[in-house]
Amino acid sequence: MKQPSLARLLLGQIGLENRIFRRSPTAAFFSLIFPLLMLLVFATLFGNDRIGPLGVTAAQFYAPALAVYGAVSTSYWNLSIHMVNSRELGVLKRMRGTPLPTWMFLGGRLASSAWIALLAVLIMMVVGVWLYDVTIYVHTLPAAALTFVVGVACFAALGCLVAALSPNSNATPPIASATLLPLGFISEVFIPPSASAPAWLGTVADFFPLKHFARAFSGAFSPTLHGSGFAWSDAGGTYAILPHLAVMAAWGIGGGLLAVRLFRWEPRPETVG
Amino acid sequence: MAAIVVDKVVKRYGGVTALSGVSLAIAEGEVFALLGPNGAGKTSLVEILEGHRDRDAGTVAVLGMDPATGGRALRERIGIVLQEGGLEGELTVIETVRYTATLFPKARPIEELIALVGLQEKMRARVRTLSGGQRRRLELALGLVGDPDLIFLDEPTTGFDPSARRQAWELVRALRTFGKTILLTTHYMDEAQALADRIAVIAHGRIVAEGTPATLGDRHRRGARVRFRVMTDVSLQDMPPPFAGKIGAWIEAEVKDTTAALHALTGWAVARRVELDGLTVVPPTLEDVYLDLIAEQAA
Ligand SMILES: Nc1ncnc2c1ncn2[C@@H]1O[C@H](COP(=O)(O)OP(=O)(O)O)[C@@H](O)[C@H]1O
Ligand SMILES: [Mg+2]
Repeated sequence: MKQPSLARLLLGQIGLENRIFRRSPTAAFFSLIFPLLMLLVFATLFGNDRIGPLGVTAAQFYAPALAVYGAVSTSYWNLSIHMVNSRELGVLKRMRGTPLPTWMFLGGRLASSAWIALLAVLIMMVVGVWLYDVTIYVHTLPAAALTFVVGVACFAALGCLVAALSPNSNATPPIASATLLPLGFISEVFIPPSASAPAWLGTVADFFPLKHFARAFSGAFSPTLHGSGFAWSDAGGTYAILPHLAVMAAWGIGGGLLAVRLFRWEPRPETVG
Repeated sequence: MAAIVVDKVVKRYGGVTALSGVSLAIAEGEVFALLGPNGAGKTSLVEILEGHRDRDAGTVAVLGMDPATGGRALRERIGIVLQEGGLEGELTVIETVRYTATLFPKARPIEELIALVGLQEKMRARVRTLSGGQRRRLELALGLVGDPDLIFLDEPTTGFDPSARRQAWELVRALRTFGKTILLTTHYMDEAQALADRIAVIAHGRIVAEGTPATLGDRHRRGARVRFRVMTDVSLQDMPPPFAGKIGAWIEAEVKDTTAALHALTGWAVARRVELDGLTVVPPTLEDVYLDLIAEQAA
């Protein structure tokens, strides 16, 4: 007769979402496997030489960059698709009719997504260290961890916004991909920064949050930057995450507020028939 | 105490008025059927009571609470079976039921419940492999797993084969014996008749009749339909009314006072040594009443 505690409800919801993830091969592939394949391809392609103006090995650049990509695939791409599928199947509506508080349902789903994003990052970094001698710097790990938290929160909020805006299940993967992949190419995720790239491309990328996630996270693994990362200015080769976190926070808060306003628990009536 | 009180509820979707001033009261322990054709407003009303939709006017009390603000305290005491959907395909049947049980303060025994809805053989099957009827039975189990005091069933048996329907009926009857209040919607007359203590007929967003299956639409005051053949060669002109002057192989008429009309008819036949071949006296079915009511409303 005892009301289940909020902690138990939240853990139960996270466990359930993790189980659904384990049984969804597409989601698991794009979150965990695809970024690793990219690392193997790039490291093979560049022979783990020093690349670009950064002066680091291919793996030292790509492992953190692709870790960011894995985290964003999970919190933005998977989350928006899973959310819309649940809405179209009526799962969101049915869950809203149970005693599980709605914020707890969403919180459990977001926490599960963050947990899988963390796995994607850890797997990537472990493989990087193990196969390609990627160096980890202990003094920048707190900044990397904070960047991960802010980045995943930002992209999860934007994933919820895509879910709120997407008309149905068929539309969601193209919307999520079309907004993520092109940015990946200009945001120092798939391609290292290059001196020959036109400046306007950099300006466009600076506007969106992906480049800030990649810069702030990858900086923690750069042999040439110095400092712990908790700085506002990158003058003189200082590792500075705070300006990047500010941009991600702005996108996350703006996107999140809009998502809350537009969120729908039911499919559009037209699609019910 | 009333489990549900609905007072002058109005629901509009843009220009469409789905409910125009619906009022009704459902007592605790009652099985109440909302009977009406597609588009009558059944789902709109039930989902307002479940807290899924807002109303444009009127007041509603569900277990003494307003469903718009009742929150967790209310949802712990109600079980909802939506008109369709709500299942995650990658979970198994037992996982789905077990998980839903953890959300409630008390739960029915899980395997017993799965057997009760006839899914024991599918217990470990993924939901996406179930047939439509099997999914529906799982949704039914999810509506019952929290051992709710009040259960909403929106078209619970639509799409069932006859044996699954009988099984679902048995389930509803079993719930009634536990003292549960049940509000079910249906467009099947036989279902309302078989299950409900009381029925409200809804058409075009209005309650057009309300009563027990026996009294609905003044059924007890309407006459019966009498039908027979006369194989002997006699004049039918002097038959008592309302049979006089009827022609055709079968003579058929609706009578107001059944006893008196039959007395007059059999008196006429005995006097002429005429056999009333295949004589039947059929009281109006709920279906007749229902179709009349719907037709009146449309006219
Ligand atoms: N979400 C909605 N948006 C717009 N119109 C709706 C919506 N839901 C129901 N309606 C309309 O309201 C009326 C009543 O529908 P509904 O309550 O679903 O009836 P029933 O459950 O009896 O079939 C219908 O005309 C239907 O088209
Ligand atoms: Mg309906």
